[in-house]
Amino acid sequence: MQPLTNEQIRAVIARGKLKDTIFKGLGLFCLSIALLVIVALIADMVIKGSDRFTLDFFLNFASRRATQAGILSAWVGSLLVMLVTALAAVPLGVAAGLYLEEYAKRNWLTHVIEVNISNLAAVPSIVYGLLALGIFVYKFGFGQSILSAGLTLALLILPIIIVATREAIRAIPAMIREGSMAVGATRWQTCRYHIIPYAMPGILTGVIIGLARAIGETAPIITIGALTFIAFLPPVPFTGEPPAGLFDWVMSPFTVMPIQIFNWTSRPDPAFEVNAAAAGFVLMVMVLSMNAVAIYLRYKMRKNIKW
Amino acid sequence: MQIHDNPALKAEARNLNFYYGEAKALKGINMPIYDKKVTALIGPSGCGKSTYLRSFNRMHDLYPGNRYEGEIRFFPDNTNLLSPEVDPIEVRMRVGMVFQKPNPFPKSIFENVAYGLRVRGENNKRVLDDKVESALRGAAIWEEVKDRLNELASNLSGGQQQRLCIARALATDPELLLFDEPTSALDPIATAAIEELVHELKKRVTILIVTHNMQQAARVSDYTAYMFLGEMIEFGKTDEIFIKPKDKRTEDYITGRMG
Amino acid sequence: MNSQAMSANNPSELPVVSDRLARNALRNVSERLIEALLLSAAAVSVLTTVGIVYVLVSESIHFFQQVSIVDFLTDTQWTPLFDDAHFGIMVLVSGTVVSSVVALAVAVPMGTIIAIYLSEFANSRVREIAKPILELLGGIPTIVFGYFALLVVTPILQVIFPELPGFSLLSAGLVMGIMIVPYIASLSEDAMRAVPMSLREGAYAMGSTRLYTALHVVVPAAFSGLAASYILAISRAVGETMILAVAAGMQPNLTWNPMEPAATITSYIVQVALGDLPHGSIGYLTIFAAGLTLLLITLVFNILGQWLRAKFRENY
Repeated sequence: MQPLTNEQIRAVIARGKLKDTIFKGLGLFCLSIALLVIVALIADMVIKGSDRFTLDFFLNFASRRATQAGILSAWVGSLLVMLVTALAAVPLGVAAGLYLEEYAKRNWLTHVIEVNISNLAAVPSIVYGLLALGIFVYKFGFGQSILSAGLTLALLILPIIIVATREAIRAIPAMIREGSMAVGATRWQTCRYHIIPYAMPGILTGVIIGLARAIGETAPIITIGALTFIAFLPPVPFTGEPPAGLFDWVMSPFTVMPIQIFNWTSRPDPAFEVNAAAAGFVLMVMVLSMNAVAIYLRYKMRKNIKW
Repeated sequence: MQIHDNPALKAEARNLNFYYGEAKALKGINMPIYDKKVTALIGPSGCGKSTYLRSFNRMHDLYPGNRYEGEIRFFPDNTNLLSPEVDPIEVRMRVGMVFQKPNPFPKSIFENVAYGLRVRGENNKRVLDDKVESALRGAAIWEEVKDRLNELASNLSGGQQQRLCIARALATDPELLLFDEPTSALDPIATAAIEELVHELKKRVTILIVTHNMQQAARVSDYTAYMFLGEMIEFGKTDEIFIKPKDKRTEDYITGRMG
Repeated sequence: MNSQAMSANNPSELPVVSDRLARNALRNVSERLIEALLLSAAAVSVLTTVGIVYVLVSESIHFFQQVSIVDFLTDTQWTPLFDDAHFGIMVLVSGTVVSSVVALAVAVPMGTIIAIYLSEFANSRVREIAKPILELLGGIPTIVFGYFALLVVTPILQVIFPELPGFSLLSAGLVMGIMIVPYIASLSEDAMRAVPMSLREGAYAMGSTRLYTALHVVVPAAFSGLAASYILAISRAVGETMILAVAAGMQPNLTWNPMEPAATITSYIVQVALGDLPHGSIGYLTIFAAGLTLLLITLVFNILGQWLRAKFRENY
């Protein structure tokens, strides 16, 4: 091979740079498709659903008449299910993350738990629905209740919270732990007064992302047999006759936002499309604002914390 | 600077300044690089010797916020390597580089050495075979790898990997070869092999080598430059620098009173 | 005081550990108790797995007592609720495979291109805008994507393909692909950013352009991470439910043509759950057999992914 002349080298470089430029265009094109989908999705729902953005829509129950139907039982149901989910998943997830980072010894049990958590994260959500149908609904006899749905979604987002907790704890330098232990604190005191508070922003981010995922989940809740037509509200939490009455609400039948949207989307009557669009927009606002809070929290955390 | 009966110039830094953002890392460097000679850059950590070395193949262009001032003239065509009109990729095709830690690509031994040729659009199997073999011979590693050219390069030992990286740089016949502390990650035996190789290579290519090891500079180089705090303190023939340095600071460094 | 003085005179009588340094039994017990509580929280994840396997397997055993496993795997009809009941799971698997292939044909190239672009080309400003956009896209509920597929994407596709029916695997698969893009993009980008700078510098020092460096050095170096992201994408596609239930129609249809409507394993489960099947009936049992099939498919890919990661683990 003769050494390349300057002209040949320049031609090779020019070709390479042209490919660079084409690829840059391709990258921006793909990113803009992603952005376009978000914009198109929101714009479509806003435009189609604009007629329904009234107070009545939020305060009416489902109805056979599209124009009179509202999302009252759906958004109340979603909030109550989220309450159960958070009450179950947050303590369990944080405790599990804490155990794995601060207590677990490197043995087979820890290994099994870790492999398990990463595998669970890849299990399709509808399989959780089947688990809940077999265990919560029939075996434990919780029925098709807020409790069953909340616990199902709690199991579903547990891996997210555990992973977020572990990452937040891992970011705390060892000197904090050693400093606490050095003044005679026990392991739990170190966790209670140092590790958990310092990891809190990271844990909170994980919890919000997990709940945002849960509030949009449809498949597992349909699988446990949630009803689509609910024209009443569950009892207001913690107000019934104590002690049993305090928990009446968790055993109540319910519906949630995604199921309401599914129901309206699958009706042939186009009038219900409008309702689906409006309800879809409300759900998007709920989910995206939760995600935005989480993204903001993480961004702020990265800026502030300097060990 | 009084230098007599010197060989031809390969490159020359003229009033070279370099900035990492606001921080000035090189201050007014003037220095010749002689053709087919080994020039060593020595100085304490952070003195700017690697920064200076990486200016010769425009590595700093990869990161935002870096800025050059002044010139590096490259001969025989008298091009200013730092000129904004000069394409850094073209510079890198003429100036090879070997790094501190061996960095073979996650490819076979053969493909590592053929990489630079393929970048230049060469895909003829016969040409590649020839060039790869002669580069591996040039880097004194052919005998060790000729039967395992299709194995992953990461299976080689550290010293072998570094010689492979030298072969990779040689395959494209660079005019100037930059070495950035090439033996700092190697054991003494591998280091000796590389030093011998550098000695051998100066017959065909000009070499600029950064080293933190003064014995190494004394062993391999014809010329030595001592840098301190981004300045070129002293440049001269290696014998003269090590036997009778003119500057007090060079003397302090060489005799171990500083560094 | 007196006893102290005495014992000081007689070293053999000194307590081994002073009172202040002795293990505090109460403190020890409460620490142990807390550790046990935390461990049991961690064990919930194991219990979840055990529960999933137990439910799916035990209900499937009831199912396979009534339906032969050979029929299940080879029958070409899926009509479990008809009088003339057939239980050929391949009918549902075909819908799952076709919709997943469509989704991956969108998500793998798009996700990979975005990952390479963000990791090797984009400056930090573009990255700071692009990453939240991708996260928001990944956060959109699948039911909303289903709505989008049925009521926005299908009508657009019908302009291009006038014969496309109102429900189709194509429309659902395309939207599913968009949904999966953020997963591939973010995992692949992480893998590529973990490739050390020294490898890139080596490539640039040889005169490579950005794209050549990305494709010939960075991508091969990050191969295991990329493969893992594709495997996760397959799991997502196979397990996705609502987009298909809304936009692909729910009638079982043994087809390899994406232009047709068809049920998938997941959308069949939704369809049965929406109805009112008695607990323990054969129709009720089918969804557990379908769920077990789904779990096994995702398990195979999961194991494949872990094997790939272990085999090609990069040690830089």
